[in-house]
Amino acid sequence: MRILWILFFLASWYSGAAQAALDPAVLRQLADDDSDVKIAAIQQIAQSADPLAERVLKALADDGLAVVDTKILILEDEQAVDAATGAAVVPAPENPDTIVVNNRVRSALNAALAALNLFNPDRATRFSATRALAQSADASIAPLLTRALQQEKDPEIKEQLTEVLAFANLQNADAAVRLAAVKTLGASSRPNVRNALEAQLSTESVEAVRIAIQASLRAIDGRIALGEQVGRIFSGISLGSVLLLAALGLAITYGVMGVINMAHGELLMIGAYATYAVQSAFRHYFPAALDWYVLAAIPVAFFSAALVGILMERTVIRWLYGRTLETLLATWGLSLILIQSARVIFGAQNVEVSNPSWMSGGVSVVSNLVLPWNRIIIIGFALFVLLLVWVLLNRTRLGMFVRAVTQNRPMASCVGVPTGRIDSLAFGLGAGIAGLGGVALSQISNVGPDMGQGYIVDSFMVVVLGGVGQLAGSVWAALGLGVVTKFLEGWAGAVIAKIAVLIFIIIFIQKRPQGLFALKGRFVEN
Amino acid sequence: MINRRSILKATALTTMLACAGIFTVPAFAADTIKVGILHSLSGTMAISETALKETALMTIADINAHGGVLGKKLEPVVVDPASNWPLFAEKARQLLTQDKVAVVFGCWTSVSRKSVLPVFKELNGLLFYPVQYEGEELEKNVFYTGAAPNQQAIPAVEYLMSKDGGSAKRFVLLGTDYVYPRTTNKILRAFLHSKGVADADIMEEYTPFGHSDYQTIIAKIKKFASEGKKTAVVSTINGDSNVPFYKELGNAGLKATSVPVVAFSVGEEELRGVDTKPLVGELAAWNYFESIKNPTNTAFIKMYKDWAKKQKLPKADTAVTNDPMEATYIGIHMWKQAVEKAKSTDVNKVIAAMAGQTFKAPSGFTVMMDPKNHHLHKPVFIGEVKADGQFNVVWKTKGPIKAEPWSPYIPGNDKKKGEPE
Amino acid sequence: MAQRIPFTLRFLQATSKSGWIALGVFALITLVLLPLAHLALPAGHPLHVSDYVITLGGKILCYAIVAVAMDMIWGFAGILSLGHGVFFALGGYAFGMYLMRSIGLDGVYHSNLPDFMVFLDWKALPWYWQGTQYFLWAVVLVLLVPALLAFVFGYFAFRSRIKGVYFSIITQAMTYAAMLYFFRNETGFGGNNGFTDFKRILGYSISAPGTRVTLFALSALMLMFTLVLGRYLIGSKFGRVLTAIRDAESRVMFIGYNPLWYKLFVWTLSAVLCAVAGALYVPQVGIINPSEMSPANSIEIAIWVAVGGRGTLIGPVIGAFLVNLSKSWFTMAFPEYWLFFLGLIFVLVTLFLPQGVVGIWRRMRGQAKS
Repeated sequence: MRILWILFFLASWYSGAAQAALDPAVLRQLADDDSDVKIAAIQQIAQSADPLAERVLKALADDGLAVVDTKILILEDEQAVDAATGAAVVPAPENPDTIVVNNRVRSALNAALAALNLFNPDRATRFSATRALAQSADASIAPLLTRALQQEKDPEIKEQLTEVLAFANLQNADAAVRLAAVKTLGASSRPNVRNALEAQLSTESVEAVRIAIQASLRAIDGRIALGEQVGRIFSGISLGSVLLLAALGLAITYGVMGVINMAHGELLMIGAYATYAVQSAFRHYFPAALDWYVLAAIPVAFFSAALVGILMERTVIRWLYGRTLETLLATWGLSLILIQSARVIFGAQNVEVSNPSWMSGGVSVVSNLVLPWNRIIIIGFALFVLLLVWVLLNRTRLGMFVRAVTQNRPMASCVGVPTGRIDSLAFGLGAGIAGLGGVALSQISNVGPDMGQGYIVDSFMVVVLGGVGQLAGSVWAALGLGVVTKFLEGWAGAVIAKIAVLIFIIIFIQKRPQGLFALKGRFVEN
Repeated sequence: MINRRSILKATALTTMLACAGIFTVPAFAADTIKVGILHSLSGTMAISETALKETALMTIADINAHGGVLGKKLEPVVVDPASNWPLFAEKARQLLTQDKVAVVFGCWTSVSRKSVLPVFKELNGLLFYPVQYEGEELEKNVFYTGAAPNQQAIPAVEYLMSKDGGSAKRFVLLGTDYVYPRTTNKILRAFLHSKGVADADIMEEYTPFGHSDYQTIIAKIKKFASEGKKTAVVSTINGDSNVPFYKELGNAGLKATSVPVVAFSVGEEELRGVDTKPLVGELAAWNYFESIKNPTNTAFIKMYKDWAKKQKLPKADTAVTNDPMEATYIGIHMWKQAVEKAKSTDVNKVIAAMAGQTFKAPSGFTVMMDPKNHHLHKPVFIGEVKADGQFNVVWKTKGPIKAEPWSPYIPGNDKKKGEPE
Repeated sequence: MAQRIPFTLRFLQATSKSGWIALGVFALITLVLLPLAHLALPAGHPLHVSDYVITLGGKILCYAIVAVAMDMIWGFAGILSLGHGVFFALGGYAFGMYLMRSIGLDGVYHSNLPDFMVFLDWKALPWYWQGTQYFLWAVVLVLLVPALLAFVFGYFAFRSRIKGVYFSIITQAMTYAAMLYFFRNETGFGGNNGFTDFKRILGYSISAPGTRVTLFALSALMLMFTLVLGRYLIGSKFGRVLTAIRDAESRVMFIGYNPLWYKLFVWTLSAVLCAVAGALYVPQVGIINPSEMSPANSIEIAIWVAVGGRGTLIGPVIGAFLVNLSKSWFTMAFPEYWLFFLGLIFVLVTLFLPQGVVGIWRRMRGQAKS
């Protein structure tokens, strides 16, 4: 861990040391095939106290360092800078070979950059620097960390630095220091701390420290177990929300209107492709606002799916009301056409839909548990869509008409409800909701012509399990299936869990042949 | 009335059988050589296979532009087996008996290959199979231009265990539940045993086809990685499931620098469907990467991009090349060379002429068809994902290595001969 | 009650004279003319029937049996199953086990065990493979296993009076679960690859023209048997009760019939017929794997019936041929666009031919009459 000693010197240099130009020979070592040589060169450059050092290392990390002849060039936005002198190279060479960095070199590089940033005036930079150092801290870095800790004002960074310092002190020669470090680490929630403690336990000779390590390990294990439980429940709810979003549109088209809509999956697909199209448009026209494309995609997906839905209703499904099982056949045909259309327009391959930055990454809750933002937001989105559907069906005139037509068509017609138009609009609404589901799916899964096929069976299971025509039933069914699946998966693996859930549905329907929430009342089905 | 009805019924039945007869009419054109292309253009495998169909058509057009084979033009016959395995067998029979093609380029999944194999054996046809696979097969009628496990999986794990790969000591073998991942992982487990890795340090997990929720799996990997020693993941996850897997991986904060993932089914084409920024540093092992720099590859990439534009393929501006496409390209050219050497398209003569054929491949190496075992000698590259969806080659073999279709890590294979029986 | 008519006579009466003539013509073509044209005529002869046509025809004949079996429960009992693929595949797997065992030592590994077991390192055959080397036991399995599954599933489902879409969806869940189960390699049926590379059947080479033609003829015979059986059942008192259940189940119950046994019988029978079709299908196409159990395949069966015309026995046969032949032709002629055509056919048939293709003929006859 020579690098960390060097970093120490570097830190003492940071407050303003002498200038020294980067040695071209050392720079060339960055391009060496041997990673050991590369890492040594990185260390030397970090130590060099040259203002270009950070730029060079950053460029190396971002694939922006190239070898041309014997010179090392920094490539920045179509211009090239000589890494040794900082002078611009004109003209910039075409297609230069960039220096390749592997994971091991990247780790060293990150550590070097983090150490450079430990005293950076910007809080965010310091914060991420301490986080990065947490991966690689050991005894050699301790003095540097102590210095940083003394200077640090921010309480959050301070706390983190304390932990990193404890981690670095774990193998300190002084038993008292080790003991203090072990105790501090008992409160840690990083996974590699546990490994380090366990490793220390096997070599620790002082009894008091051993006992402290065991106590800390128990504390960490307790939190890991808690994290696992919370994680499992979260993933269950998350899967439930995804199932709900996938099934909610079907709960309207099938549940309320009685159309066995086999093209439901393709309506999800349309929503997802609409998201892709909006993303592409943003990339092209408003690159600055790219992060917010998802928000714009929501209405676009809703209306494009709704439009396709209304078209389907007007041209095909309209003629099939009352012939429930035949809608299955026709919509199956429609789904084939829609799949192939997507294939012809967008290609057979998946298209890339990326999470906006505010949906990337996750929030670390307890040890070992990171809740991804995209999943948290999708749970919220599911609630939003649910509310939207509820309001539309129960609090608007359209919703009242829809309920009237589905409950008693002739009577509704008698009192002047335009049943034909209501059918179109209701089907369009169901399709639009499916489109919204597609937006959500595009954020966690693949977007391709066949994506809908993967959700159609699950969607039908949710609607039927909940009870046809019962929105509340669908919600409970989706959540229940999500949580049950996730608990079974942790216990028996993904394949068996899926089979068990299907068998559970079959058995459940035996007990409640009308689903979870059957319509109450006495009537003969025929 | 009775009579008319019976006649009608009879006619209905006969018409149906007569319809079947339509297929018997073969079209003959003496001045061309027919070549079959058997890749799914619809269904679940279309995502991967359509690009291979395009590559094959491009290569054939290129060969025709340079004078064809034996002075004749090649005539591609494209059929769509629709990711339906029995349909693969039917289409293979149709290509061989109705269209009378000289050779077939096709198949992706192992099951599609297994489905058409009996047909090729029965009719003595010739199949070029361009995809990496689990090995354990060696047929006279098939040439395998993709990688056998020792040309992909084993070098990748060796790399992970090396200092540069992070000196991994614990391994998660993660795959979709079917034959290729199962067999590959079995070989890898035996290989890891031989390197002194204990069973306690290996975790094997499988997910069903089309699995899209990787939360539990990622949590398991995290737990496994937190139980000590450097951990790496070896992924044989197939097709569509890769996108949700990598999205979850990126968002759950599992970085390549702490737990690297090496994949055998993820290439440039698959990464087009993923946002690669969170995946920088994840690994893939192949025999070809688009980012490899040499004149042959530059020409190959340009040829494909021009083709994509000319054919107005969707998203032609971002067209990429990948390993199975290179293998298809090599296969067609080698077949051409063999036909020219044999001066005939007769299957037995071509098979004999294939032995020892060499071709300067876009990978930058001259690959050779093994004189005996019907597999290519191929170089192996390990690439790390870059932010732009391409790969940085971080390791490669010194030269092409010979395929071992019968892996020595599977008991009983030491008795197998390295040639068709 | 009139005097008792002997069973054979009742059986013969089940189908009208014209029906028997049609069957006779069909038998002549499939059992004599086509086999002769394939075996006796040389390959260059204009009337020669190629092995491609025979295998394709045999495959579609099996599909036609499934379609008729499907029609028995959907068309006549009003039960739409979206999981019939599971019975078809189980029959195929049961017979496939026999075919795998018949490979003997000729497999890739020259082992007594099937190849997939060797490379997955299985040391011995699992218990459910015992006895499958005997043809007769395999036949028993073909009939028994699907029958048992159908009986148990049907008993509970019909007893709980699950019907309509609920029934369709749980059958779909059943086939989906079975598919996932068979995908697993631990299940012992070759996982995703299933069974392939069959060599012989009862000692005869599976790729010999004679075997192929025999299988083709057997499929045709089985189809004819299914049609006659269907005609007999529909015409019988049993069939009339069944149709009554379809049209008004509650009323049938009020009269004093228990619909459970009627439904259960026809459901189980339909499953067994599917299984026999599956068993005939596997040696002809040379592969059986779990994708036969995918929900989409089962939906497709319903589509053959609907296209042909449900509630008629000849309709499903026509539907099976029409859909599969057009699929075979489109995938060759328009590999890029065939899904458009197929999808369009489904839509148009539902919209304009509510009674399927058979409906055209009925309508024409109706017009001719008036």
